[in-house]
This record gives sequence, C-alpha cells and structure tokens, in this order.
Amino acid sequence: MTPTPISAAPEAAVAMGGPFLFWVCAIIAVAGAVGMLVSRKAVHSALFVVMTMISIAVLYISLNAPFLGMVQVIVYTGAIMMLFVFVMMIVGVDASDSLVETLKGQRWLALGTAFAFAALLIIAISNGFGSIAPTGSIEAANAQYGGNVQGLAHLIFTRYVVAFEVTSALLIVAALGAMMLTFRERFAPKVSQEEMSIERFKRDKHPGNLPGAGTYARHNAVDTPALLPDGSVAHESVPNALIDRGSERAVNRADVDEVRTISEGFDYVDGDSVQLDEEEGQ
Amino acid sequence: MNPVEQSMIENEQTLTLFGHDPVWLSIIKVVGVFALLVILVLFTIWLERRVVSWMQQRIGPNRVGPQGLLQSLMDGFKLAFKEEIFPTAADKMVYILAPILSCVPAYMAWAVIPLGPEVSMFGVSTPLQVTDFPVALLYMFAIASMGIYGIVLAGWASGSTYPLLGGLRSSAQMISYEIAMGLSFVGVFLFAGTMSTSGIVNGQIDLWFGLMLIPSFVIYTIAMVGETNRAPFDLPEAESELVGGFHTEYSTMKFALFFLAEYINMLTVSAIATTLFLGGWRAPWPISLWDGANEGWFPIIWFLAKMFIFVFIFIWLRGTLPRYRYDQFMRFGWKVLIPASIAWILILAVIRTLDVEGTWSHTALIAIGCGVIFMLILFFVRSRVGKKERKKFVDEHPIERDYKPFAGGHPVPPLPGQHHVPVTRKSNVIEGTTEEVNEEVRGG
Repeated sequence: MTPTPISAAPEAAVAMGGPFLFWVCAIIAVAGAVGMLVSRKAVHSALFVVMTMISIAVLYISLNAPFLGMVQVIVYTGAIMMLFVFVMMIVGVDASDSLVETLKGQRWLALGTAFAFAALLIIAISNGFGSIAPTGSIEAANAQYGGNVQGLAHLIFTRYVVAFEVTSALLIVAALGAMMLTFRERFAPKVSQEEMSIERFKRDKHPGNLPGAGTYARHNAVDTPALLPDGSVAHESVPNALIDRGSERAVNRADVDEVRTISEGFDYVDGDSVQLDEEEGQ
Repeated sequence: MNPVEQSMIENEQTLTLFGHDPVWLSIIKVVGVFALLVILVLFTIWLERRVVSWMQQRIGPNRVGPQGLLQSLMDGFKLAFKEEIFPTAADKMVYILAPILSCVPAYMAWAVIPLGPEVSMFGVSTPLQVTDFPVALLYMFAIASMGIYGIVLAGWASGSTYPLLGGLRSSAQMISYEIAMGLSFVGVFLFAGTMSTSGIVNGQIDLWFGLMLIPSFVIYTIAMVGETNRAPFDLPEAESELVGGFHTEYSTMKFALFFLAEYINMLTVSAIATTLFLGGWRAPWPISLWDGANEGWFPIIWFLAKMFIFVFIFIWLRGTLPRYRYDQFMRFGWKVLIPASIAWILILAVIRTLDVEGTWSHTALIAIGCGVIFMLILFFVRSRVGKKERKKFVDEHPIERDYKPFAGGHPVPPLPGQHHVPVTRKSNVIEGTTEEVNEEVRGG
C-alpha cells in the first residue's frame, strides 16, 4: 500500500499525540504560509511566518526531537523573526512597498525558479515515498547516548565539530562585516559623561541649567533673550546657533523697564510691609 | 562509565516520573498553577505598593480589605469595566493580539517550574510540577522569547510614536539581555548534566548552584531585571521619556493583561532563579536538618519563600535606583555581561573537563598555559596597535577649527572641536557683552 501522509507522519507522532496533532499543526503551518503570501502588511506577513514556525516546532517535538523544536522557536521566532519585525518597525507603520520593479525580468526569473523548486520538491517527496527504507528510527538514535540532547551533543562536538565551527565562524564574519559597513568614524574621541561633568565645572560659568528663553520677557519665542528678575538681559538663554547667525531678537527697552519696575515695586512693597510690621511690633 | 554519563542517566530516570498523570490530574495541576499565579500576582502588586510606600515613608493602599490586600483585585475590576478605546491609527487585529501574546507565554512558562517533590493527590502519587522534559529550560527560554512579541507588537500596532519607540527599545533590550541570561544557564547545565528543571533541583542536594557558581548567579540576577523591563532597566516604559512606552495607548482589560504579564514574568524569573541557583523547593540548611522538610506539601513554602526574596529585591531596586540611560544599559549588556559570561563559561568548561577526566594531566596544564600566554600577547599587541593607529588617524585628520555657521549654505551646528564665533547682532539690539548690557540696563 502506498503510504498516505498520515501513515507517513512517523510513528513517533502517534506515540506522542497521534495523527490528530500532526493534522492540527500541519493545517496551522500551511495556513500561516498562505497568510504570509496574501497579507498586505509586512508585519502581518512576519506574524504568519511566526505561526508557521511554531507549529513546525510542535511537530519536531512530537517527533521526539525536543531540542530541535525548542531551538527552532528560540532562534527563528525569538531572534531572527524578531529582527525582521524590528526592521519593519523602524521602516514605519505606513510605509508601503514601491511597486516599481527595479530588477529587469525579475518576474520571469522568479516564476522559473519557482517551477524549478516545485519540481525539486516533487521529485524529492516522490522519491521518499518510493523507497521507504528507514535508516533507523529516531528512538534508536536517541537511546544510543541516553537521550535526544545527549545524542545531538555527541554528534555536534565529535563528528560535525568542524562543520559546526565553520558555520559559526561564517556567521561571526557576516556580523562583523555588517558592523564594519555601518561603522561611523568619529571626528574626535568620545567624551564621557564624567569628562563632560568635569568640563562643566571647570568653565567659569554657572554649571546649572541656562535660563529658559522668554523667562520674564514679553515674548516666549526661542530667539528672545530672557529677562532676569532685576530686569537684566540673559543672553545665555538664546541658543548659541541663533546668536552665531545674528538672529537674536532685540530686547525692547520698555519691557526691560517694566520688568525692573515690577520687581523693584515688589521689593518696595515687601520692604514697606516689613517696616510696618516692625513698627507695629515695637 | 564516567561521572557525567552516570549523572545524565540518573537525571533521565527522574524524568520517568512525568507524563503518567491521568488527564483529570493534569487539569487539576494546570488550573492550580493558574490560580496560584493569579493570587500571587494580586499579592505581589499589593506587596510592591506597600513596600515602595514603606521605603518612601508613605502608607500605601490600606483601605480595601485587611491592610489593603484586596486593592489590586478592586483595581482589576475597575479596569475591566472601563471604556474600551481603539486609537484611530491602530492595526486592530494586532492591537488585540498583542496583550494576549504577552500574557499567554507568561502563564505557559510555569508548566515546568518544580513547586515540590512527589505528593499524593487524590490517591495518585505525582510530582508537584505540571510537567518536565529533557529541554525544560530551553522551553522556558523559547516561551520568554515569545513573550517579547507581545510588547513589540503592542508598540507597533498602537500607531503612535511613543509606543513604537518603547516597542523598539524593549525588543532590543530583551534580545540583548536574553543572551546574557542564556549564557548564565550554561554553567548550571554543565554541572547539573541536564536541562530539566526537576533534574537541576536534584543536582543541588549537596550545594546550591548559587553558591557554587557565584558569577553565573550574579549575571543571571542582573539579566533577569533587564529581561522583565523592571527598574532600573525599565526603559521600554520610561515614563519620563516615553509616557508609558509600549502600553501608552492601551486601556481596560488589555492594559490589565500587560500588567498581569509583567508581574507574572517577574515571578517567573524569580522562580527560575530559585530553581537554578537556590536549590528549588529543597529546604534551606537549618530547616533541612528536620527529616520531613523535603517531603509532602511543605516544600511549596520553602519555594515561595525563596521566590519572594527575589521579588522583594525587585521591589527594593525599584524603590532605590534611578533609571539607566539607554546607551549605558546596552553597553553594559553587550560589553560587560556577555563577555564576562563567555569567559566564565570557558573557565567552567575547563574545570569541568579536568574534573571529569579526574586528573590535571601535564598536557592539559601545558595547553592552558599556552592559551593564557597567547591571550596576553594578543591583548598587548592589540592595545599597542590600537594606540598607534589612533595617533596616525588623529594626525591625518586635523580638526578644522574655524566654525562657519552657514557652511555649505545650510545652518549647521559646530563640529566637535569647533567653537562658536563671537556674537554679531542686529543693530537694534542692545550691544555688548552680558555684563555691559546689564550695566547699561541697570544704569539707564
């Protein structure tokens, strides 16, 4: 009898949850893949891929390969898809894809490649159906070293150690290359917070915040210098860039006088009332 | 058979306790853990508010229920009955999905936390743990990485700037600190010989891993605060910069779910810390002298007590430390925590290998010595080369000292090393330096 996909779904799945689990996960995985293709927003596509990956991870676990299942979730959904989402978020919510094709003949190339890939898949799967001669069950492989994790560890650190190390070296080189490409040279050594703080107190200026523009003034525009309570003009309140371009606004002498009169008036009233109190007290 | 394989096989045997529960018992366990978590979260919120109040010399919630214990429950009811608001720019599907994605993994992680030893439940003997399997800690890790999606998607789906920035920050932060966290587990894996939580608890009968692997413990403790977005690492929801971060646009039950998830995550990482480093449910030393301490239902008490030590530390940190600056935080994660963990794992691996082989053979010692000398040479050469290159670079790129405010026809700020030119003002402005002007103003 030609094995149907159900019986082809290995016996291990039957042991863990039966064909039921396989069908649930398979449907979710395929639905996710289709959803990825048809959804219009990139983030939705990414979410559908996550869905597919998780259901595949569940299938791995049900096939007695728990380590692979967990690593699938950690690496692919947890790290790689997260980076995709990260990039999409930087690109922005409203960013729409440009529909102009920049590569010539891209459609035909894509179509041809798709057919070639489909042919490859069909041949591979039909070959698999044709010669079902199990080279050994995963249970036997797992039992050999005392468990799935131990078995994988033995293989990775003995037989495939070179392949494993070369792959990791490749990844590190790729990461370093990306860093080099985006590296920005500095004009001068970076100033640390400590140095900035020391520098601030060394200067012969008030180390605190500068007066805000428009304080005690009749305008709150950023190019209007603040007037201090005694009526004096605080040029520091105007940003240096504006002063450099000569865009600092003129101070109206009437405003200066008014502020000073008000502040002096308050002084006068205060002084007066203090005197009155003292007289009454006496 | 060497000791490592011996311990591996022993650990696999402890796992045979799991997976035999009847369905009704599994359901009871799952519902029990769910209920426990809900109650613990309500209690933790109350505890946090009271402890922070105590540290800030306030009183805190004390009206609803004895000592204000029911305050969080009432807050939950209030949230449930509030008006639902959907931002206009929100992506509705993802907007609803996000809080669920953040909450469900938070609960799922507790499936593999060992709360106690084997007990008798309705006549069936079963461990006080929903389930366990050889890669239980990797499972927790996978679940934690799923939880990040909730926060990131919440930030994206809100269609608003502050949440987006909060989401971006949190994804970068949690991925970075997850690496340090994972590396801190490696030491425990090496010495326990298993990744199953019950096996790790069994491996700490003689000595807690927290005492044996102090650097791993310290790194984990720091990383767990970063991983849960709690103060002083609460940058994704920094209220002084981002309003509320990723949950700015959320209200009602959806906000409550985020709140719930945050507190469950806090409990989860505390529970993992207890399991991995403080001996799990096993009684601490003076109590462990009593034979019955590690049997029956008592161990739940020890487990919760140890867990709440960590919860208290979380609250204490929040009440004490100011928030980190984002670049400092990332630099600390990538340039301090991760290299430190890797170096520590290297040392541990060497010790463990020599331990397993049973001898400090000459070959091993020579190899280690060569490695150390090689590293020293590399370090020395690198620092010399770096200094030379830097000097060459500085010599070749003299800084242009003249600042042109309109260089290239555009208003530009001064480059590093340049300074502002003297003030030139319009003629109707009062002329002179600040002192001169002030003198004129005062005099006039």
